[in-house]
Amino acid sequence: MPNEGKLAYLLFEYSIIAGVLLGIFYAFLSMGLNLIFGVQKIINLAHGDMVMLGGFGAWELYYTYHVNPILAVVIVIPFTVALGLALYYLLIPRLSGATDMETLSLVLFFGVSQVIEALTTLGLGNNERNLPINSIPSHPIHVLGQAFAAEAWVAAGVSLPLLALFFFYLYGTPLGRQTRAVMADSNEAAAVGIDSGRVSAISFGIGLALATSSGVMAIFVLGGVNPSEGPGLTIIAFAIVVFGSLGNPFGTLLGGVLFGIAYEAAQVYATSWSDLVPLVLVLGVILLKPQGLLGKRTRVV
Amino acid sequence: MAKVPPRRLVSRFTRMVIDRSISWDLVGIVVPIAAFGLAPKFYSNELLLTYMMVYIVMAQGINISYGFTGYLPFGYVGFFGAGAYAGSLAVLDLHVPAILGVLIGGVGGLLVGSLLLPLFRLRGAYFAIGSLAAANALADIISNPSLTSITNGPYGINLASAYSSGEIYVSAMVLVGLSLAVVFYLRHSQFGLSLRAIKEDEYSASMAGVNVVKQRSIAWLMAATMAGMAGSIFGWATTVFYPSAVFDTSISVISIVFALFGGTGSLWGPTFGAIVLYSAYTAVGISNPQYFQLIYGVIIIALILFAPKGIVGVAKTTRARIFTRGKQVV
Repeated sequence: MPNEGKLAYLLFEYSIIAGVLLGIFYAFLSMGLNLIFGVQKIINLAHGDMVMLGGFGAWELYYTYHVNPILAVVIVIPFTVALGLALYYLLIPRLSGATDMETLSLVLFFGVSQVIEALTTLGLGNNERNLPINSIPSHPIHVLGQAFAAEAWVAAGVSLPLLALFFFYLYGTPLGRQTRAVMADSNEAAAVGIDSGRVSAISFGIGLALATSSGVMAIFVLGGVNPSEGPGLTIIAFAIVVFGSLGNPFGTLLGGVLFGIAYEAAQVYATSWSDLVPLVLVLGVILLKPQGLLGKRTRVV
Repeated sequence: MAKVPPRRLVSRFTRMVIDRSISWDLVGIVVPIAAFGLAPKFYSNELLLTYMMVYIVMAQGINISYGFTGYLPFGYVGFFGAGAYAGSLAVLDLHVPAILGVLIGGVGGLLVGSLLLPLFRLRGAYFAIGSLAAANALADIISNPSLTSITNGPYGINLASAYSSGEIYVSAMVLVGLSLAVVFYLRHSQFGLSLRAIKEDEYSASMAGVNVVKQRSIAWLMAATMAGMAGSIFGWATTVFYPSAVFDTSISVISIVFALFGGTGSLWGPTFGAIVLYSAYTAVGISNPQYFQLIYGVIIIALILFAPKGIVGVAKTTRARIFTRGKQVV
């Protein structure tokens, strides 16, 4: 039997490793929110609801078409991009002329979030749905003598390559370069001939796709998917994105990992209070350091 | 024939318009109060009428915060829940009369509002999401099983011993009157004018000598106190409630929808929105709340895209169009 100090060390080690795994997944979950904000200065309050839709998509794919959830992570992407483009052209052009666009867009997407949640509940019922744990590799993985749940490794393992792909898109392709130009200054981007409307629409689609894609894994990480989980996830994603600086994709990566560690540490040391972590984090960050960890200048939403 | 100089004519006309808007707003206070005073004679379900009045107060609170300062708190329900708990715990633990409990509920809202004052350093999305996070955090703390000895944790509150339908109804009427009076004051006072100046352009307002932080904080605390009292009346009338019921985000949603539907910045709008939409809500029946969530969501989207100033705004532009037909609109 290990002594007190050894046990404390093992708990600490566990919370760090599990936290990093969880954090990579949460960085992936939050990235779309940051992309859409970076390009359009719109906070997509329906972000968490898109994550939820991804979960239900995976559920349908698994039970109707027997698609492996890991494959579903990729399959939901094109559908969401199409949905995103449709939503974009339906909603955004009418909004662009408004004087108080920032608050109005916030309220607008709040409405979109309510509609998605209501339609999902009406269509699929209010029950939590699960996928069988053996639909993904499920054997516990031992690292440094401790057992870690397989779904944490799978979620992180699926998130990492997709995040890498996203960074390659953003930093290595012409469209990604244009996207970063619009993020930096949409007027200047337009002046050098970038079609910022088109870039915004595509980014909106990709931002939503990142959300639904992470939603597939969220079923395993959160232990199920239910129609009302959206707003809570939006708050977590917002906390992570602000923590790492709005508009900075690398910041979101860092914010996600730090969030994961904080959450796992709270799980280990103060279980009944762990749900407060994202809320305290979001309040603390926006009050103490609204420009985020990697922010060079204050960016006011 | 004495000629009236044109300048004088204009100023007299302006004054008349101002007077007319004042009297129109006074009617907007008296009519709802009178209507709720008479309503129990024609409609027996006093509980529904009480809830309707609670929502009028909440919609007017959103009106004060969003319509006059431009800050939209998605976490407005935090004050509501804080008020419900402060009032109920005072009644249960300190054995104060329930009417005093309502005032204590207001103090609860005021205290939480003061705690959240730093949120005003934020704007737009930061503020909206920050206030939502704060409300959720408060709900988490109050319903935490570790605090069962103080708040009864997730097991809720039972106020059956304090129930008195007459007192509840009258308190709700008084609170509606109070909230309408506050909005009236904001619409026709220099204080309200300074708030609108801040909303339009913070920097110019502060250049013109308006104490931006102070004025905005006062309006915010008024809205918080109102929500606290509304929450404690809600709790009193509901008798048995759980933390999830008084911290339900959909209370924020409903209040925002009612206020936006009627039109923020006006006195009639939020009252009108709350009465019309809440009547529709109860008339159709509460069999499946998701239909209402859907309808409210669609209403929000439609309002933002087509009528950001609400029904009052639509009525105003329509009237302007009819009366200025063929004339140049300045």
